[in-house]
Amino acid sequence: MQITINGKQHDYDGDPAMPLLWFIRDDLKMKGTKYGCGMALCGACTVHVEGNAVRACQFPMSGAAGKSVTTIEGLDKDHAHPLQIAWAEENVPQCGYCQSGQIMQAASLLSANPSPTDEDIERGMSGNICRCGTYPRIRCAIKKVAEAGK
Amino acid sequence: MSMPEIMSRRDFLKKTTATAGLTLSVSMLSAQHAFAAQGAASEALAPNVFINIAEDGIVNITCHRSEMGQQIRTAIAQIIADELDADWDKINVIQALGDPKYGDQNTDGSRSIRRNLDRLQLASATAATMLKQAAAKGWGVDAASCHCENHQVVHTPSGRKADFATLVAVAASLPVPEEATVTVKEKSKYKYVGKPVASIDLPAVVSGNTTYGQDVELDGMLVAVIVRPPVMFTSPKSVDDTKAKQVKGVKHIITLPAAKAPAVFNPLGGVAVIAESTWAAMQGANALDIEWTSNEHSDYNHDDEKAALIASAQKGGEVVRTKGDAKKALSEAETLMEATYFVPMLAQAPMEPPAATAVVNGDKVEIWACTQHPQAARSNVAGALGVAEENVTVNVTLLGGGFGRKSKPDYVAEAAILAKQVGAPVKLVWRREDDIQHGYYHAVSAQHIKAVQDENGNTTTWHHCTAFPSISSTFAPGVDMPSGGELDLGFIDNPFNVANMQLEKGKAVNHVRIGWLRSVCNVFHAFAIQSFADELAHAAGKDSKAHLLQLIGPGRIIDLTAEKAEPGNYGESLEKYPVDTTRLINVIERVTKMAKWDDRKKEGRFLGLAAHRSFVSYTATVVEVVVNEDGTWSIPKTYISIDPGTIVNPEHVRAQCEGGSIFGLSCAMGQITATDGAVEQSNFHNYTVARMQHAPKEIEVDIVESDAPPAGVGEPPTPPFAPALANALFAATGQRIRELPIPMRLKKNS
Repeated sequence: MQITINGKQHDYDGDPAMPLLWFIRDDLKMKGTKYGCGMALCGACTVHVEGNAVRACQFPMSGAAGKSVTTIEGLDKDHAHPLQIAWAEENVPQCGYCQSGQIMQAASLLSANPSPTDEDIERGMSGNICRCGTYPRIRCAIKKVAEAGK
Repeated sequence: MSMPEIMSRRDFLKKTTATAGLTLSVSMLSAQHAFAAQGAASEALAPNVFINIAEDGIVNITCHRSEMGQQIRTAIAQIIADELDADWDKINVIQALGDPKYGDQNTDGSRSIRRNLDRLQLASATAATMLKQAAAKGWGVDAASCHCENHQVVHTPSGRKADFATLVAVAASLPVPEEATVTVKEKSKYKYVGKPVASIDLPAVVSGNTTYGQDVELDGMLVAVIVRPPVMFTSPKSVDDTKAKQVKGVKHIITLPAAKAPAVFNPLGGVAVIAESTWAAMQGANALDIEWTSNEHSDYNHDDEKAALIASAQKGGEVVRTKGDAKKALSEAETLMEATYFVPMLAQAPMEPPAATAVVNGDKVEIWACTQHPQAARSNVAGALGVAEENVTVNVTLLGGGFGRKSKPDYVAEAAILAKQVGAPVKLVWRREDDIQHGYYHAVSAQHIKAVQDENGNTTTWHHCTAFPSISSTFAPGVDMPSGGELDLGFIDNPFNVANMQLEKGKAVNHVRIGWLRSVCNVFHAFAIQSFADELAHAAGKDSKAHLLQLIGPGRIIDLTAEKAEPGNYGESLEKYPVDTTRLINVIERVTKMAKWDDRKKEGRFLGLAAHRSFVSYTATVVEVVVNEDGTWSIPKTYISIDPGTIVNPEHVRAQCEGGSIFGLSCAMGQITATDGAVEQSNFHNYTVARMQHAPKEIEVDIVESDAPPAGVGEPPTPPFAPALANALFAATGQRIRELPIPMRLKKNS
């Protein structure tokens, strides 16, 4: 099967049940997408498939065949997506491990809903755990980008 | 071999130090500030293990503490860059290997700044002095008339300037000055310290260009997953690996030796599956069919443990602090207040589960690991493989959270043992299930408090017994009492001003590995003490804040030794870091002012307050709750005031106050329980941690400006959160919470 990751096409002929996460991390050696739970419970592995946020740890390669996948490395070629800028300005990350997934989830949230309410943000981000507790800053950073987009 | 980012920095250091003849051996810079010069002139200035100024003037700063979100890599750079007045764009931070030459590297106990600010300032001021001396020599002036400014030495009277780069060679040829001749900057001249300097790792984190322990990649590397015994110290009775061997990519299946007491940092045993990829290793592990032996821990059940601990706390135990005669006062009292508090086991559950990569070549071992304790990792690996510590190199990656779990390097030894056995580089990864089910758990605890109030509602007697399995039981067999170090954690330094006080410790045995979790025993001690204080306020019909201040009494230094206590005080002297109620009162006043405590009733807001001293810092928290008709609750806002003495970066303190509060919330939401010796929870579906919708929408942080010696920051925000939350929920519902976790849906108000 063929799969496009960050605009680049790759061939894959392995186990179609293997989660996309391991293709990205082990086969392509792209480590920005993290492993956190393996059960789609924490969101650390969030990537976009055809623009929609999915948990790569539970998304099989068969589902990604012929599709276009975006990871944190490909969110913006200059790593200057408005969310990445806001994340830095609001000094969101602590340990940083969950932040690729948080940013990818937030990007998907804002593309579906450019002006989210507090409740929309909570609902949209509820699948992404941060044990360092950066939630208030994540909320601020998302709001900042939403405001700027108005 | 593709190199992790941090490692390539180390290679950079190797390159620069290769030309550096002047390398100083400074084993305990902090203690005696003893600089011992070795070697002759060179082209790099390296007056101590922390600083190496290269020929081109780049200041290479070695960070010997592990980075796990507290931004220590930035804070250490701020301290060193400040004394040098270095250009922030001309510094380079190198992560230290595990090596005793740096002094203590165990990144826990909220002590990275507390224990290193002075010594790093001195180390940097020493380098600055040598640069000034080099410039002065060239100009034929007095070094005392020169100062450092923006990566240059300036002759103050004439304004003459020289770049660091032009001075390095001469400076490196000078003798390292005596400590007494080196002066550090005055606080008013700080350029970086005390300022909200942005984290040096921010650009890498937001672009995903980071290397954590789970991310290490070496050529020819295999990936290992271990299925560990469900009950501590049991082992496989039989292993059917037929199906596991059929998984494509599985290369080896190895049964590890059984572990035995004491647990220490030893691997737990089990069966390892080693494969060409993470997915294959995980699939192989899932396909194993193992029957396990049983032992005395197989009878361990949460409910029995809970009942035993409560009985122990209610019975009382050994006295560890006493004042007046609490027993007599209790026996003579017409009425007394009493309550039992219970807090379950917890898991640290850092977002990155533990991981370590090992390469073994003969008697040489190289490790890459997300470890809080690189020196323990080094000695643990040396012990496990029977090689000399000098032959073990421990590279420290970024840590995806630590919270105490990664202070215990059992997983590093696992990686080394497997790498040696298969003769190839091995990355050992813990799955989330492994992390939740085979941890070093925060101890389960029960506490019983009794108090007597006089006719004015003033508390005259406080009697408190705490019972929990000790962390010491992880390190020595037969321990059945809390250790002194654990009683230091928010128990022995009780700040209340009562005529009669008695503090006791009760018996408890362990059936799992017990370990540190952010703020450790402070979590349950603060919960019981600050909840019961609130109960006493309500019993006396007093305002909770006014009552708490009354209970604490006048601002004073408490002499614990006069009350027959033996405080360890977080390893600090009581002269330098006394138990100072003035500072505790101050944070209570500040946080309640910020939260508009006195207006809460007329504004219809429900607030809870708690204050606590931990890691020689003082924190007070106000939590505001909203309780819905159906009993569900949320936290619109939290306020926290912290007095941590001198600080390096207010943004870091602010972030720790926010995150530490939310960690405290998680401590009030989750629980680890065991049935038949095995942990019941396995992943985030049944081990509850705070998510965005649970967390305070906003956290307002107040940092007390202080010139007091630096105190802890990473842990002190955590302990007051759970009691402040429980007190707020009481204010809103009248339901008193004496047991954690707090239900996500309280009983409906009748």
